[in-house]
Amino acid sequence: MSCVETIQAYAFRSLGFGERLLPKGEYTLCEHFTLIGSGMIWNVYFGIVALLTGFFLAVALAVGKSSPNPMWRKPAEWFIFIFRGSPLFIQFFFAYACFLSLKSVSKGIDPSAPLTPGEAMLVQISSFFDPFTSAWLGALIVLFCNTAAYSGEIFYGALLSIPKGDIEAADAYGMTGWTRFRRITFPTMMRLAWPAYTNEAIFLFHATTLVFFSGFPAWRQKGDALYYASYFADKTFNPFVPYPILAFYFILLTLVIISIFGFVNRRLNKHLPQERRSKPKLKLNLIR
Amino acid sequence: MFSYCTDPSTLEGLSWLSCYLTTGKHLNLYISVFVVLTLLAITAPVALMFGFGAASAARSKFLPLRWFGKGYTSIVRGVPDIAFFLFFVIALDQAFEWMRHKVKCPDWDQPIRQGIDFVVCDAAKLPLSTSPQWVHETYGFFLAVLTFSIVFGAFAANVLFGAMRAVPRGQIETAEAYGMTSRQAFWRILVPQMWVYALPGLSNLWMVLIKSTPLLFLLGVEDIVYWARELGGTKTARFTDYPHPNWHVWYFAALLVFYLCFTKVSEVVLDRIMTRLTKGQATAAGEAQRKAAA
Repeated sequence: MSCVETIQAYAFRSLGFGERLLPKGEYTLCEHFTLIGSGMIWNVYFGIVALLTGFFLAVALAVGKSSPNPMWRKPAEWFIFIFRGSPLFIQFFFAYACFLSLKSVSKGIDPSAPLTPGEAMLVQISSFFDPFTSAWLGALIVLFCNTAAYSGEIFYGALLSIPKGDIEAADAYGMTGWTRFRRITFPTMMRLAWPAYTNEAIFLFHATTLVFFSGFPAWRQKGDALYYASYFADKTFNPFVPYPILAFYFILLTLVIISIFGFVNRRLNKHLPQERRSKPKLKLNLIR
Repeated sequence: MFSYCTDPSTLEGLSWLSCYLTTGKHLNLYISVFVVLTLLAITAPVALMFGFGAASAARSKFLPLRWFGKGYTSIVRGVPDIAFFLFFVIALDQAFEWMRHKVKCPDWDQPIRQGIDFVVCDAAKLPLSTSPQWVHETYGFFLAVLTFSIVFGAFAANVLFGAMRAVPRGQIETAEAYGMTSRQAFWRILVPQMWVYALPGLSNLWMVLIKSTPLLFLLGVEDIVYWARELGGTKTARFTDYPHPNWHVWYFAALLVFYLCFTKVSEVVLDRIMTRLTKGQATAAGEAQRKAAA
């Protein structure tokens, strides 16, 4: 097969389109690049969707954690502690086991026979949790909670370091409640948190590689980039080709993230005098 | 374990549970907790050493050494750590076998990489195919420790590099004014002072290290995740005296609680260390301590 044919056959293999059988025998470099790149679709999907949805929960958690009312503060604190204090790997395993046992509550009930109301409810629960055991939803929920907790903590830190003068000035203008939050607190919080949030985004994309190595199964060998990379490494006993290719894709992805977040960072700091703007320099000191 | 456990079918409630939780396989689970703790205890100092070496290399005046230090830290941090875990275990294993092969079988004429196979002579195999089971397990554990140290060494290098730069420049200049060589200034002035700046980063790193121990499972070590999966699976009455359905949820919940407690304890201990280290330091935190005491 020429390289163009390989790309045609395997470019969307991770989504289930194209050739069904994975390549066999001696693997060409082109096959490596195409399949691992095809797997990257999943990493990008998990990363983007979790980041976009997790952002809103993160803001809510940060506001909740800084609230004086324990009814809001306590749940936010516990949520952040649980998801930041335990390994993501175990969270994946636990979530998968949870969803699986919720799905199999109706095991042993014959759906064609007449059902009692209790049994009917069990069947309903079971069919509701059916999609949760597959990676596209179940793993996404774990990643969503995880990134919400980490970014919630980052936003909370930023919320605490908002200059006192900004809030006082807002008070002086008579701004309160929602208006003050929307026009003063939130933009400043974003501006302060953005460098750390960039980091969090990078680490979230790295964390997406764990999905198919925890409980979540890759149906019909539709996996992410690391899944295909380890597939090649297992078959060829040669880690020196697939893993560097994976690394290449991830470094590329990291550069894209940095440039997008850098663009947003410039917008957030637009109003500041030149020397006070926080540089889009990457600060990787703070890690998850 | 207990004498009343001889016939599990007669047991009820708590006594059943006490027997169930002390079966041989569960004892393996408890032992694997110590495996994880041992890994942490060995990896932390080794990774710190690697990090210190790389951070000093990155500050070196000798250009290739500086490139090595900077390249090592930025490549390892730019790629998902799990990819490195999977990569290094095979790569290190093959590197060791290749070196032994060159030394032990110099008159071997076939190529080592035959297509998709990696072939070395029998004497170069690591561990030797004749060695007992525990040697294989220890070798696997050793590879895991080395892999963890390489990956976390890069992160530690980044933290220590920042800490070395955070030590006020005046301190080094004073040392030079006293006639110390740059080597003396490094060891006597810079290294003792950098720890207080490094500690927040290092404690963060320790938390990350704790949270990455479940990845041991991917390296083929029989750790807690392995045993939790093994024990939680459906057990039929044919193979065990304690049959049960799929109990993965409970086992993973227990692991979750274990890790949460572990991180909480580390957090408290590291906070104490930080308070002690900042005492009397000319930093904002040290100043706050002085004000609180006065």
